Amino acid sequence: MVKQKNKTASFSFWNWVIASIIFRLILIYFPKNLNLASRPEVSTPLTSFRRLAEGYWLKQLSMSPYAGSMYHGSPLLLSLLGPLTVQRIEGQPNHLLYSLVSVIADVVSAILIRATGKNLRLVYLRSLESLDIVKQTKASEILSPGDAAALIYLWNPFTIVACVGLSTSPIENMAVILCLYGACSRLVPLAAFGWVIATHLSLYPAILIIPVIFLLGCGPDAPPRKLFLQKNHKEEVLNKSKLPLGFSWRPITHFAFWALLWSAYVLALCGISLQQFGGLWEMFKSTYGFILTVEDLSPNIGVLWYFFAEVFDFFRNFFLIVFHVNILFMIIPLAIRLHHRPCFLAFIYIAIFSMLKSYPSVGDSALYLGLLGWFVNELADIQFSFFLFCGYVGVSLLSPVMHTLWIWRGTGNANFYFATAMVYACLQIILVVEGVSAMLNHDRKLRNLTTGKPQDAKS
Amino acid sequence: MTLLQRPVLVLLLLVTHHLLQCWIAFGSVDEEGQKQEEFNEELLLKPLPDRKVLAHFHFQSSAPPSTSNGRHHHLFPKAISQLVQKFRVKEMELSFTQGRWNYERWGGFDPIASSNAKPPGVELWAVFDVPQHQVDASWKNLTHTLSGLFCASINFLESTSTYSAPEWSFPPASGNLRYGTLPREAVCTENLTPWLKLLPCRDKAGLAVLLDRPSIYRGFYHSQRLHLTSTASGSKGTDSGIILKQALTVVLQPIQPNGRRASMDHAGEKRIQPSWSLSSIFGKQVRGRCVLAKSSNVYLQLDRGLVAELKHIHKENEKSVANGLTSENFWTYPSFELSASPDRIVIEENSFHGKSSSILYNFQVEKYTESEPLDLGLTWKIPVVWSCQSAPLHSSRFLMGSGNERGAIAISLKSTQLWEGFMGAFDNNERCELQVDVFQVVPWYVKVYFHSLQVFIDQQPKAVSDVIEKIHVSPSKDKVSPGMMEMVLRLPCRVKSAALTIEFDKGFLHIDEYPPDANQGFDIPSAIISFPNFHASMFFLEDGSLNKSPLLSKFQEKSPVMSYTEVLLVPLTTPDFSMPYNVITITCTVFALYFGSLLNVLRRRVAEEERFLKDKATKKTGQLPLLLSKLSAKLRGRPWEPPHSPPSSSSFISSKLVFKVILVAGLAVGWQYYFS
Repeated sequence: MVKQKNKTASFSFWNWVIASIIFRLILIYFPKNLNLASRPEVSTPLTSFRRLAEGYWLKQLSMSPYAGSMYHGSPLLLSLLGPLTVQRIEGQPNHLLYSLVSVIADVVSAILIRATGKNLRLVYLRSLESLDIVKQTKASEILSPGDAAALIYLWNPFTIVACVGLSTSPIENMAVILCLYGACSRLVPLAAFGWVIATHLSLYPAILIIPVIFLLGCGPDAPPRKLFLQKNHKEEVLNKSKLPLGFSWRPITHFAFWALLWSAYVLALCGISLQQFGGLWEMFKSTYGFILTVEDLSPNIGVLWYFFAEVFDFFRNFFLIVFHVNILFMIIPLAIRLHHRPCFLAFIYIAIFSMLKSYPSVGDSALYLGLLGWFVNELADIQFSFFLFCGYVGVSLLSPVMHTLWIWRGTGNANFYFATAMVYACLQIILVVEGVSAMLNHDRKLRNLTTGKPQDAKS
Repeated sequence: MTLLQRPVLVLLLLVTHHLLQCWIAFGSVDEEGQKQEEFNEELLLKPLPDRKVLAHFHFQSSAPPSTSNGRHHHLFPKAISQLVQKFRVKEMELSFTQGRWNYERWGGFDPIASSNAKPPGVELWAVFDVPQHQVDASWKNLTHTLSGLFCASINFLESTSTYSAPEWSFPPASGNLRYGTLPREAVCTENLTPWLKLLPCRDKAGLAVLLDRPSIYRGFYHSQRLHLTSTASGSKGTDSGIILKQALTVVLQPIQPNGRRASMDHAGEKRIQPSWSLSSIFGKQVRGRCVLAKSSNVYLQLDRGLVAELKHIHKENEKSVANGLTSENFWTYPSFELSASPDRIVIEENSFHGKSSSILYNFQVEKYTESEPLDLGLTWKIPVVWSCQSAPLHSSRFLMGSGNERGAIAISLKSTQLWEGFMGAFDNNERCELQVDVFQVVPWYVKVYFHSLQVFIDQQPKAVSDVIEKIHVSPSKDKVSPGMMEMVLRLPCRVKSAALTIEFDKGFLHIDEYPPDANQGFDIPSAIISFPNFHASMFFLEDGSLNKSPLLSKFQEKSPVMSYTEVLLVPLTTPDFSMPYNVITITCTVFALYFGSLLNVLRRRVAEEERFLKDKATKKTGQLPLLLSKLSAKLRGRPWEPPHSPPSSSSFISSKLVFKVILVAGLAVGWQYYFS
């Protein structure tokens, strides 16, 4: 009976996946991709398709793709996706092949998310079992987090828009998910590969090394280790097998080795492809340098563009440091507090950097909103969830309206658009803060359950 | 006594003046047969088809390479020679222009249109004789010097984002060439005065007297140009020879005494062209030459088209009247009348232009004096309609798209009816092709996507590689360098129209980078369209005396036909200029919110929370009343006590609170005491 149910569930999952692919293809066949490719929400200077095409064109003319400040992506992406920007099939939409690559990237990401979610669920159930609190929490175990996360990722309008809008963020997201999947299923080379590629493509995923180390060192998300010790102590039974593994350094050294290997490989490939031009230094300057110095002030859904368009020049460097340190500053407190839940830690890191990065796009939001699905059980009693949902819907409707008013009709003002960006930033902040809070509460709840204390009035 | 003294003085002055002049003119001839410094002044007048008159002043000073003169010059402006020596300028051209040359009506094929029509504002290009790495530094110094010399903001061309280094599309192609334009520079009399100061007679004598400010700035087009070429001499010690050509082109509307009647028959196809004279268009007359000038000539040019038309009329007249006139006394056509008789007639030797050749009437200013001034006038007797010869393709440029996010630049080339004359030359060739060079500079905030270049020929899209033979692109770098595009197009000869489009994104600038009137928009400098297969030159019947005239010898130079397109005005989006403080504070607040609340969530301790919860459970009171009671207790100065069942730690807290209050009070008292 259970098996049958599982089968139908998985069947309906695949139905939904196919439906999402068909939906994407329908959107792709709309003329001019519904102009999504030039929307500021979709294509930032880093992920823009037109800039990729420009870089490829320059390279074909045997000029450096970084000549001029058009292209800021990776040279590998240029070699892989560049040819697709010019290839056309008669009677088909202009960039069909490129769109298909995006669709495939999305589907692969969804499948990896699902696999990781299943893994997480198994670990979660096992840990509940070892704490003997399965019965108490059984009621909330309805949703399978893997399926939920994968479907959220696939059907999130942000993901669809980023995919149809020909931005490179589906590929960047896939690299991040590959890294997390590899780390969760203890495929060290894959994790290292994903981490190196994600870092190479957009720099910020570099901080995911901390959750990856925790994942490899102590395994996927589980309640705090202290709980198991307490439980065992209480029962006076030294059941070693029930204890989660302690921190082991072996996979981490493996990871370091593989990461070094992959990054050397990637750098060598970049070096070869840029040999006749400026070399690696030029690449670093116009990719990472461009990300860190926020040179392009064209509007996007973040807050930094307007800030740096308005801030006085002599404060510019100071604020550049402040804003980037803001991302780094929270790494350690979060790592200390959430070290037993590396996947959730990764989710929070991703949410933080897609909120504070220099050129955010909806593709970045799509990633963390998809990963949110992994924690449906833990975050079941998150506060303000309805408010957050309404906020996201409202901002994603209002932001294009304000942009049109300002840029196209000329009746609005830059402040209108900036206000929506501000609201969007606030929403993401609330999501991060409440997410962390809910997860900590969940841990507290588990502890209360194990220690046998009556559940308090919190829930 | 005084009565006697004055004539003597005058005589003395005259004698010394004469002596001086002799010395200046012949002083250096006898020394080792060297060439001497020369100054020539010339004026070319030309009636234009749309009832206007073109006046082209050409002043040429030359300093030959010499060792003997050292740094001293008799005629040549010292400022220019110093500039050439200091920055080692090989060739330079600076133009100040107001108004737009109307290529359709005023012609685009003759030497004046092709090398003297300039884009609005300031255009400067220079070739330096220095090693590659010093070129930029020399350019910067040169712009500053010129801006001081000509009272213009040429120094804005100093920053790397305003000038470019064309490789081959700009005519004096060389690696050391720098090219920059300032389309919005206003040109007025403060730029003309320093320009006139470079002339040996300034505007006090000679042809420059005609440059009466109100009348020349009233014109439709006004362009003053300064072109200098230095010929590097063999050894380093000697001065380089410099040729300085100063040209001023104005298009003026003659004032018509019978203006009302002319406007009345506007609908009629044939109107009598307005009659004009020097005094009617400039308000001045030429009263003798500049005594320092070697030659001083006034030319009246009749266009090829005009001559053809006149011949046609003449033939008709011949039929009816039958009193034939030979081509020698051509000027005595019944169709128009000149107020002064020309000294010489120069007829263009027509190489392959088929129909007819233009005619120049030469008037030598030497013959005219103060009492008998030259007031050259042209009076039309019969209505004449003609058109000027235009460039093979008429080029125009415009913007496409709406909104402030992106757009496209389009350059459209339309065929003019020039072809009949040239077909013969190309008939032998199987594939007749027309070569067009396009040179386009775009400022960095117009972010051009070069891959989006599209070519349309006769409204049909064509593959870019079929039409563009050669392309060189230097993409713009944000805030560093402008984008530059050089292209060679090969168009089929019988092309009706061709268009190039290229897309761009509009940039967003920092608030400090916007000019004072930001909503006016930003200018994209003119593109240069040149036709290397066509040469805007005139050949004159060989005559020994012709070579002496610099203007005519310049006309004989082979230079490709060039035309400038319009300047484009691109509106850019503006941020709110009044908001920097608000934006900074609001953004920082949001960041603080993020930081503070996240840290708060992370550091909240469980034990404390549980205690709170327990309190809550027991008291069933919210947190707000608790806080309020705390606050009121503080205000009353009494240590706060929980209303029921004080926990064991409350006495500790209260003692701590009392201690804190006492400490703060003590500190305050001490502070007060110490500082008073």
